[in-house]
Amino acid sequence: MKLRAAIASIVLLVSVAACGGAEQGPVTLRMTTWSANEAHVRLFNQIAADYIKAHPDVTIKFDALPVDTYTTTLTTQIAGGNAPDLAWILEGSAPDFVSSGALAPVDDAIENPSELAPSATALWKQDGKLIAYPFSTSPFGVFVNTDLLTQAGQKLPTGADWTWDNAIAVAAATAAKTGKQGLVPRDFDYKDWTNLAPIFDGWGAQAWSDDGKTCGFDQQPMIDAMTFIHQAIFTRKAIPGPGVAADFFAGESAMTITQISRASLLKDGKFTWALVPLPAGPKGTYSVIGQGGVGVLKQGKHVDAAKDFLKFFTGDANSAKLAQFFPPPRTPQLTADTLARSNPLLSKEQLQSVVIDGIANGVVKPSHANNAQISQAVRAALDPLWTADAEVPAVLKGVCTAIQPVLAK
Amino acid sequence: MTRAIKRQDRLTAYAFIAPQLAGTVAFVLIPLVLVAWYSLHEWNVLANTFTFSGVDNYRQLAEDPTVPRVLRATLLFSAGLVIVNLSLALLLAVLLNQKLRGTTVFRVLFFSPVVVSLVAWTIVWRFMLQDNGGINSFLDAVGLDGPNWLRSGGTAMAAVIVVQVLKNVGLNMVLFLAALQGVPPELYEAARTDGANAWTVFRRITLPLISPTILLTSIITVVGSLQVFAQIAVLTEGGPGTSTTVLVYYLYQQAFQFHAFGYGATLSVLLFLIVLALTVVQWQLRKRWVFHES
Repeated sequence: MKLRAAIASIVLLVSVAACGGAEQGPVTLRMTTWSANEAHVRLFNQIAADYIKAHPDVTIKFDALPVDTYTTTLTTQIAGGNAPDLAWILEGSAPDFVSSGALAPVDDAIENPSELAPSATALWKQDGKLIAYPFSTSPFGVFVNTDLLTQAGQKLPTGADWTWDNAIAVAAATAAKTGKQGLVPRDFDYKDWTNLAPIFDGWGAQAWSDDGKTCGFDQQPMIDAMTFIHQAIFTRKAIPGPGVAADFFAGESAMTITQISRASLLKDGKFTWALVPLPAGPKGTYSVIGQGGVGVLKQGKHVDAAKDFLKFFTGDANSAKLAQFFPPPRTPQLTADTLARSNPLLSKEQLQSVVIDGIANGVVKPSHANNAQISQAVRAALDPLWTADAEVPAVLKGVCTAIQPVLAK
Repeated sequence: MTRAIKRQDRLTAYAFIAPQLAGTVAFVLIPLVLVAWYSLHEWNVLANTFTFSGVDNYRQLAEDPTVPRVLRATLLFSAGLVIVNLSLALLLAVLLNQKLRGTTVFRVLFFSPVVVSLVAWTIVWRFMLQDNGGINSFLDAVGLDGPNWLRSGGTAMAAVIVVQVLKNVGLNMVLFLAALQGVPPELYEAARTDGANAWTVFRRITLPLISPTILLTSIITVVGSLQVFAQIAVLTEGGPGTSTTVLVYYLYQQAFQFHAFGYGATLSVLLFLIVLALTVVQWQLRKRWVFHES
C-alpha cells in the first residue's frame, strides 16, 4: 500500500511539474545539502543574503536532507519532477551523476578555474568538462582522545613509530584498561565498507582496478589488509565488533578515523584531543580523501540562474569562508596560514600535515558507476567476514564473485 | 415518480461513495496500471530517459540470481510470522478468555503495542537487540552469552519475526477473543455432559466455530507479512548478506537506491501477483476448512 501511494505521489508530482512550464519573474533556487549543522546553515544563508542584495528577484532555499538516505531522496525528487536547482553530490555517487548527463557542465560558472587542484577535480570531470565543483575535499585523519590514553598509561606513537600496528596496539591497550572502545572507523558500522579505505589503502589495496573493470578484493594487498582489520576486531579487540555503538566525539572511544571536517564536533569537547595523519601502512605513508561536489541539475527549472549563483557561492571570496568547514579545492587557499584563519580548532601543524599534504597526495575513497548497487553487493558479500572464525581469503573471493559481473559491464 | 426517486437514490449513493472511489482510483487503480506500464520500460532517472524495453525487465527477473534468495527470505518471513503470530494470538486469547481477575490488564498490555508507532517500536528493539544492547546485557547478568541477534545469519530473521509478532499479536488476539466469546456456551455444556475433555472440546467445538476468524486473521497476516518494510529497513537493512532481504525491501533497493525504476516496477508486479494468488487460494480453501460462514 505504502509503495503504491509513493508511486501515485510521484505520478501526481510529474503531472503537476508538467503543467508548470517556464517561469518568468521572481526565481526561487533550491539547493539540497546533507548538512543541517547550525553553523553551516548560518554561513550558507549569509552567502545567499549577499547574493540576493545584487539579485533582488532571486530567493535561495537550502534544503538539508539526511545524509544516509541523501542520494535516494535526491533521485526520488528528480524522478518525481521535483528536481532541485543545485545539489550536493557525495563522492560515492559522483560517477553516476557525472556520467549520466543529469548535471549541466559548469566550466563557465566557476571563477578562476585554473586554481583548482587537479587531484580534487579528477572525479568530477567528463571529457575535459567540469560537471560539478568539489566544494569539499576533506582528508581522513585520526582523532585521538589523549585523556583516555593517559588514563591507560599509553603514549601516542610519533614519527616513524606511527604505524598501523602500533596504532592498533595502543587502541587495544587503552580499550582494555579503560573499558571504553579502542579505534572506531567512523560511519563504517559494518555497512559502509568504503570507510575502511583509510585503512586498507595503507596496504596498497584497491577495491577495483583504476579502470574500474577488475575486482581487487581477492588480491593479496586486500587479503593482508582485511586480515589485519579482522584481527584488530576479533583477536586484539582494538576495533569494536559488529553491532557495538561507540561515538568518539562523546568520549566513548580512544581514537576514530574520520574526515577533518568533523573537527567542529569537538567545539564543546569535554576531553583533550589530538589530530594526526593516518598511520603508515606496510606500503609507507599515504592519505585518503572524501569529497563533496555541488552541481546544477539539468532538470531543475532555472539552470542559468542556478549557474550564476554557483559562480558566486564557489568564487574566491566565498570559497575562503567555506574553508572553515570544507577544505577548498583552490590551491592558493590551501596554505596553513589561510586555513588557520578560519579553523581555530586546528593548529597550523595539524592543518599542514593532515589537510594540505593530504589533499596533495590523497587517493579519493572508492567510487564507481552503479555505485549503490556495487556497494550493496560488497556489503552483503562482506557480512560473513564479521565473525570471529571467518576465513578471510574465501570471503573476499566471494566479494569478487558477487561484483565482477557488474564491474565488467 | 418511483423511477425518479430511484434515480435520485442512485445519484445519492454514488455521491456518497465518490470520495472513496476517487481515492481508490487515484491511489490504487491508476498506480497499478502505471506500474505494469513502467515494468515494460527502462527508466533512468538521472539521465532522464524512459525507453520501451518490452519484456527485458521480466527476462532480468527470471535470470537475477538474487531473486530466488529474496523469495526464500520472503517465504521464511511470511511462514514464520503467520505460524508464530496466529498460534500465540490464539493461545493468549484462550488464556485471557478465562473468568479470572486481572485479565483486562493483560488484554490491554498485549494490545498496547498495536497502537505504538511502528518505527518507534522497531528502533527501540534495535537498541535492545544490538550486541551490547538490553537483551544481551540481561543474558550476561544471568550468566548466558547471547548471540549478536541482528548480525548473524541464523538469528537475524528470527529476531525480525519476533519483533513483528510482538507488535501485532494483540490485534489478532482481540479478534480471536471476540470469536471465542461468540461460541454459544450451551455447546460447551453439552460436550462436557457427554464427557469430552478440554482438548476434545477445543478441537471439536471451539476451533470449528472460530474458523471464519482464523481465515480472516490468516489472510490479513499473510498479506501484511508480504508488505513488511520498515522493520527490515530499521533492523537489518536486508542483511546479514541477503538473509532478510524480503521482496518489498529488494524492490525498494532496486527502484530507489539503484535507480532502476523499471525493474523495481517489475518486482512490484511480481509482488502483486503473489498476493493475488495467495488470496485466491485462501478464499477457495475456506470451503474446505471453514466450518460455517454467516
